[in-house]
Amino acid sequence: MASDAPERRRVYLDHAATTPLRPEVRDAWLAAHEVVGNASSIHGAGQEARRVLEDARERLAAVLGCQPIEVVFTSGGTEAIGLALQGLWRARSRPADALVLPDGEHHATIDTAGWLAAHEGARIAPVRLDPLGRIPASAFAAALAQDGTALATALVAGNETGTINDAAALARAAAEAGVPLHLDAVAAFGRIPVAFDRWRADAPAGAGLVALSVSGHKLGAPVGTGALVVSRTARLEPVLHGGGQQRGLRAGTQDVAGAVALATAAGLAEAEREAEAARLASLRADFVRELRAVLPEAELLGDPVDRLPGTIHLLLPGAAGESLLFLLDQEGIAVSTGSACQAGVAEPSHVVLAMGRTEREARQVLRVTLGRTTTRDDLGALLRALPVAYRRLVR
Amino acid sequence: MLAAMSGGVDSAVAAARAVEAGHDVVGVHLALSRAGGTLRTGSRGCCTIEDAMDARRVADRLGIPFYVWDFSERFRDDVIEDFVAEYRAGRTPNPCMRCNERIKFAALLERALELGFDAVCTGHYATLREGEDGIELHRSSEEAKDQSYVLGVLTADQLAHCLFPLGETPSKALVRAEAQERGLAVASKPDSYDICFIPDGDTRGWLAEKVGTAPGDIVDRTGAVVGSHDGAHAFTVGQRKGLRLGVPAPDGKPRFVLEVRPVSNTVVVGPREALAIGELAGSRFTWAGAGPAAPHEEFACDVQVRAHADPVAAIAVVRDGELVIRPAEPLHGVAPGQTAVVYVGTRVLGQCTIDRTVSAVPATV
Repeated sequence: MASDAPERRRVYLDHAATTPLRPEVRDAWLAAHEVVGNASSIHGAGQEARRVLEDARERLAAVLGCQPIEVVFTSGGTEAIGLALQGLWRARSRPADALVLPDGEHHATIDTAGWLAAHEGARIAPVRLDPLGRIPASAFAAALAQDGTALATALVAGNETGTINDAAALARAAAEAGVPLHLDAVAAFGRIPVAFDRWRADAPAGAGLVALSVSGHKLGAPVGTGALVVSRTARLEPVLHGGGQQRGLRAGTQDVAGAVALATAAGLAEAEREAEAARLASLRADFVRELRAVLPEAELLGDPVDRLPGTIHLLLPGAAGESLLFLLDQEGIAVSTGSACQAGVAEPSHVVLAMGRTEREARQVLRVTLGRTTTRDDLGALLRALPVAYRRLVR
Repeated sequence: MLAAMSGGVDSAVAAARAVEAGHDVVGVHLALSRAGGTLRTGSRGCCTIEDAMDARRVADRLGIPFYVWDFSERFRDDVIEDFVAEYRAGRTPNPCMRCNERIKFAALLERALELGFDAVCTGHYATLREGEDGIELHRSSEEAKDQSYVLGVLTADQLAHCLFPLGETPSKALVRAEAQERGLAVASKPDSYDICFIPDGDTRGWLAEKVGTAPGDIVDRTGAVVGSHDGAHAFTVGQRKGLRLGVPAPDGKPRFVLEVRPVSNTVVVGPREALAIGELAGSRFTWAGAGPAAPHEEFACDVQVRAHADPVAAIAVVRDGELVIRPAEPLHGVAPGQTAVVYVGTRVLGQCTIDRTVSAVPATV
């Protein structure tokens, strides 16, 4: 066993799980905590808090390409997705009861849909992924066109694969079918352009793209921040009831500092997006080229072109991803198998299964995700350690 | 060094001692059930998220890395399915021994060695000694807590990669006190007794669900029908209660289950004397370290047939591919499927899964 030598560097390559808090965000976040007052209070202190909050809402709306009134701050991606799916389901036009659910969505989506199916009679209409992990727009449109479709949901980009879907085409299909669509932009936001108004285009009221989820800690804001964009035309019932905050869609005292942190992180990510994407794409390309030389067995999963710049999804034939993760961790390198964990147990990736792979293969994947703090040295360490770990397991 | 950590106090203190002894220790919790539940209930030991969390907090306290490894498929195939199959075949299995044999000291150990560990450390009460012919497994110095019986299935290769830091501890109370001193939150956690994969301890109800129920006859040793039952699996050899026999015994004495015959779905009953076993044998036997020099010649030993049974003097021999054991005085309530562990003094010599037993009292018609 490698011992924990104090001089050893820790290499963090799991930025899709969470990415370090940005210093500018931390400063803005802490400063906003100094604001005294409940944003819903009438007095001057409340007004000051409200001003800071609404500034943040406007800044975030500008990055998301929506109107400020359409931004509903939440405690994160899971809450945003839950509000979207439960809210749209509760407000559906009965007797429509089908929920269009592509394979390979995040568990926040799958498990909410599963709960609605088990307890409220929702009928799940699945959409198969293609081998690159994309949602085929034609298959999505065909599912939407079925009678009785109440709502639909889709990932903008896969959190495991990094594959980017054609969000505009999916939204267009929903608009044409007259079905409300939620897009999960948690993995995409801050990494590729997210354009609510442009994707929504001229869809009829309550149909097409009506809701879009984002999370703060994936782009350098603290955990516990997120938002759901809710089109002003959307029919959506709240999950939480109370003080009527945020259009009555999400009752509860508003987290001013969290909103500031999220808006600050979003602004920084957007300002740096193109340059950072180019930097990460270059690191990724070099890594992939060098990996081919030292570990030709490794297979790259996902769309080779339309993909998040910092996601490297690898299939390593014959080696359990869980074991590779362990051996790399012993070397101080943090990567992921990408799949959901129950008490720390890696399940076979449902996303890899949805791409038509076997259960065996779905256990032999590693997800390496780069971020703002990633350097060439980090990837160099992985390039040295990964072949050694692999040969240890596959002889 | 890999420390297997169930979330209980024994494995926690074992891991702590391994760390203190200077080993480079990594804690691993075995996830044995996919549907393990969130919170601990009753006296089950290790399968909930709460147990995994308890183990994780001990590892945090010890300052060692901690992982959860999923062996739920292996556990289902090798332990749970085996348990059901054994009952279906009319035998009385010990799932904890299967788990030791096939999971903890097989699947886990193999994976540990593959990943570069030298050994696996557990909280079992047993001791390892270097003997003249290699490694030897001995009873714990504390007889009341001795767990060498359940380790009887380990072979020399496996023992060479084991560490049992609790082996010489005089009592469980001291282990708890030590856990307390070390600030381990599991110090006062209740012991586990029940079979971990049977949720409420209701083994019969669980088996009825898995094996199904089918009415059949209860017969005496002459074959005469004396009652009926709803499923032979619900009976174990030596059982007296719950027979609901319609026909009284000629001598008026209580009757006991002597045998379960799954093929004909028949339960055989008879007097207590007929439970006395004069010989037992099994073809699935192993030696814990060096075996006897001349296994085909009779050798003296002690035999133990349950985890908490007293050892009994016996003569053993390997004959026609079977380990045959003849206790000096008849044993009671021995059922096929149980494990017979053979000792020489405090040393575990080996074991067999009992395939057949021979009554010490021939049936009289």
